[in-house]
Amino acid sequence: MNNVLLDVSNLHVVYDTFEGRVEAVRGISLKIKQGESLGLVGESGAGKTTTALSIMQLVPSPPGKISSGEIKFQNIDLNKIAEQKMRQIRGNRISMIFQDPMTSLNPVLPIGLQIAETIAVHQNLRFEKAKYRAQELLEKVQIPAERYKEYPHEFSGGMRQRVGIAMSLSCNPSLLVADEPTSALDVTIQAQILDLMKDLREEFDTSLILITHDLGIVADICDRVATMYCGIIVEEGTVKEVFENPLHPYTQGLFNCIPKINDKGHKILPIFGLPPSSLKYPSGCSFHPRCPKCTEICVQKMPPIQSVKGRTLRCHNVTI
Amino acid sequence: MKDSLLSVNNLKKHFYISSGTVHAVDGISFDISTGETLGLVGESGCGKSTVGRLITRLTDATAGEIYFKDQDILKLNKKNFSDLREKIQLIFQDPFSSLDPRKSIGCSIEKPLINFRKGIKKARQEKVDEMMELVGLHPRLFNKYPHELDGGTRQRVGIARALALNPQFIVCDEPVSALDVSIQAQIINLLQNLQKELRLTYLFISHDLSVVKYISNRIAVMYLGKIVEMAPAEELFESTLHPYSQALLSAVPTLQIKNGERKKNLLVGGVPSPINLPTGCRFHTRCVYATERCRKEEPLLVEHSKGHWVACFLAKSFLSKIGF
Amino acid sequence: MEQEKLIVRDKKQSQLQEIWRRFRRNKTALVGLAIVIFLFLVAFFAPLLAPMDPNKAFFKDKLQLPSSTYLLGTDNMGRDILSRIIFGSRISLYIGFIAVGIGGIGGTILGVFAGFYGGKLDNVIMRTMDILLAFPAIILAIAIVGVLGTSLGNLMIAVGISHMPRYARIVRSSTFAVRGQEFVDAARLVGAHDFQIIIENILPNCLAPIIVQSTLGVAQAILAVASMSFLGLGIQPPTAEWGAMLSAGRQYLRITPHLAIFPGLAIATVVLGLNLLGDGLRDALDPKLR
Repeated sequence: MNNVLLDVSNLHVVYDTFEGRVEAVRGISLKIKQGESLGLVGESGAGKTTTALSIMQLVPSPPGKISSGEIKFQNIDLNKIAEQKMRQIRGNRISMIFQDPMTSLNPVLPIGLQIAETIAVHQNLRFEKAKYRAQELLEKVQIPAERYKEYPHEFSGGMRQRVGIAMSLSCNPSLLVADEPTSALDVTIQAQILDLMKDLREEFDTSLILITHDLGIVADICDRVATMYCGIIVEEGTVKEVFENPLHPYTQGLFNCIPKINDKGHKILPIFGLPPSSLKYPSGCSFHPRCPKCTEICVQKMPPIQSVKGRTLRCHNVTI
Repeated sequence: MKDSLLSVNNLKKHFYISSGTVHAVDGISFDISTGETLGLVGESGCGKSTVGRLITRLTDATAGEIYFKDQDILKLNKKNFSDLREKIQLIFQDPFSSLDPRKSIGCSIEKPLINFRKGIKKARQEKVDEMMELVGLHPRLFNKYPHELDGGTRQRVGIARALALNPQFIVCDEPVSALDVSIQAQIINLLQNLQKELRLTYLFISHDLSVVKYISNRIAVMYLGKIVEMAPAEELFESTLHPYSQALLSAVPTLQIKNGERKKNLLVGGVPSPINLPTGCRFHTRCVYATERCRKEEPLLVEHSKGHWVACFLAKSFLSKIGF
Repeated sequence: MEQEKLIVRDKKQSQLQEIWRRFRRNKTALVGLAIVIFLFLVAFFAPLLAPMDPNKAFFKDKLQLPSSTYLLGTDNMGRDILSRIIFGSRISLYIGFIAVGIGGIGGTILGVFAGFYGGKLDNVIMRTMDILLAFPAIILAIAIVGVLGTSLGNLMIAVGISHMPRYARIVRSSTFAVRGQEFVDAARLVGAHDFQIIIENILPNCLAPIIVQSTLGVAQAILAVASMSFLGLGIQPPTAEWGAMLSAGRQYLRITPHLAIFPGLAIATVVLGLNLLGDGLRDALDPKLR
């Protein structure tokens, strides 16, 4: 099936804070097909979480708002529908896994109940049936069904994240948005969770947007990857294309600065300078103060989007 | 060992709580030579951070000895040890909470010099400027407060503070874990350069294997309060002998594109509670190779080949598989 | 090099300025601040502002309604109410701040040691504070005054002691929170002694809750003293004190209510102002907003 499930075009999100206006997302466009997984890579402040929240229509609304752009999910523009309609989609057809397994579950309710609740509400099932389905899901994420009645604090971080995954997949969503789902976990637990996510995705044919700063995870689980910097997607392509031949200097910088466990005697090359404050981005291309390939035009103008056969790039000095 | 700068012998730290005894560090021994970096790696709860705190005596040990230049620092009283504080320092993990939010960064860096009465104000301020430049900070940032700066810059302040007294040995407790990747690389390079320039010796504690491999000469792997394997960095990765080390290594995401291949998941279950330790080998509950002997007896850390220590009864069979 | 030194020094004020900026945004806080400043000015310039001697009794003019000579009327002894209210502000401020000073300093010291050292010391201190807290503050103050006598000094001690547990608790929990932070360990690492750490690192980070509690505490102290004077246990006549004035005015509520209304209003306004100020300070000092 090659139909496009999610089509984000020219999304802009701003936050009006005491210190000023923060442009968290400045015109990003993405397309996800059914069953595909996209890795959204970037460092803190790049705008990845804001993008995820926008898709879920969960951008905290006093300071933040989606100022322009379209988010089309199965041909419905999520920016334009009423909150009531969005509630039917959220948790049901689009689901989210959060980063911190310690705080994303309600501490006063048993975990089984939290899963069953989601199912009962969205699938309109009687509670007994929902409970049964919840227990099935728990077994799927390798938690014994007898632990249905237990509370979040009785589980370890890794198990809580499994509960989170069970909850997000409970209604067979078409799209799963995972925001750094394994960052707070030990590496051996992370491996288990990633494996689990791969299995479940295969079984349910769910599309995935995985937000992470770890390129290794992207290599493991994603089909496509997009790198974000200062609210803009600077490069996008299949994992194979981008990993074998990163084009944008920022993407190249990211690859060069991580110690690679399989390499001997290589030197890591840090990216020069500091990430800019989101209150005041540099002029022209936001990466120019740190870019080894910076030229005059980079200081003046934002690079246009180049798009060739699914590969996109925003750089004045490199052509696809 | 006579030429080692720091020598730890059977170090233990037990916490006594209502439900039992937490064996945070349960008999650790290692040596670090001058100018060397020993990486200490393990997952949460293995006790690696506690080791750092024990060496700097931020926490008191339950048992064992720590020799710094042949002197058991655990036997020194508070006054005598405080003189040693100049020589043994620590860099903290969290750049947000390791600096006093109410003090300017210049003040924080100057504090050690004031406490140890190093010269008059002018001389101290010059030293602070010198330290700031050494770690890549512009001296004009002296009056800035921590909240005005980003994580990487704050971490540099922490490093400058640790260096102010010209220490010889520095415990780096997850110094880059809280930083963005591009800044991590800057700080890692900084630490390496400083080591060369100032002839420093590091104990580098981290959960991130790639970083530890990059910066360490030797690596010790910890699990539930004990060292399970210790070897020169390259050798640990090329011939990994302990099943836990193997699992740890295979779990690290590499940049190789998987194309749908499943990574071998060698671990079963979760980490046991440090209060109710498993009998015999602590790792046997999750080990796919566990035998009857592993359930009953606890393996000692034994030198299998020069410089390569393993605590596993089955290490010899792994050795032969690799071809030793 | 000298040039750089100049650049280096100029940014020292930023913390206070930021706090002021945040405070400024809060309108109610500014109202509170205005009221408190007004109170201080009135107390300071009392001799200049008061039209008459507050203790001078003009018997022939007693119980007069507000007029052009006596702007707020006279009380049952013929004393000018306005002058008494103006001078009363001095006593209220005086007592409020000193009582809070006693309670605040005492409570802070106890709280910081309890929080820093924990264990038995913590237990002993906090159980003592619990015993104090078990009594309603007013009852406690009355009891202390009963034992020591009704002088102004004793009044302040009584109110001060009854306030100590609050500060002790607040400072103790702040101390716990700060004690666990890495910068405290870092201070130890660079050679600081316990006492130095408490003074330099812990207390400054406890300041915010102490300041907030103090402004609210002054309001409570003023009310406490007023209540005790109302009950006849506080300031003795003829001294002008708002609570005592309220008490004296009680009998005349039906005929000449203004004897009670004006001191009552004075108390209410000042307490309100201090509360608004305290709330505003709490928001402005909140480290989370940083």
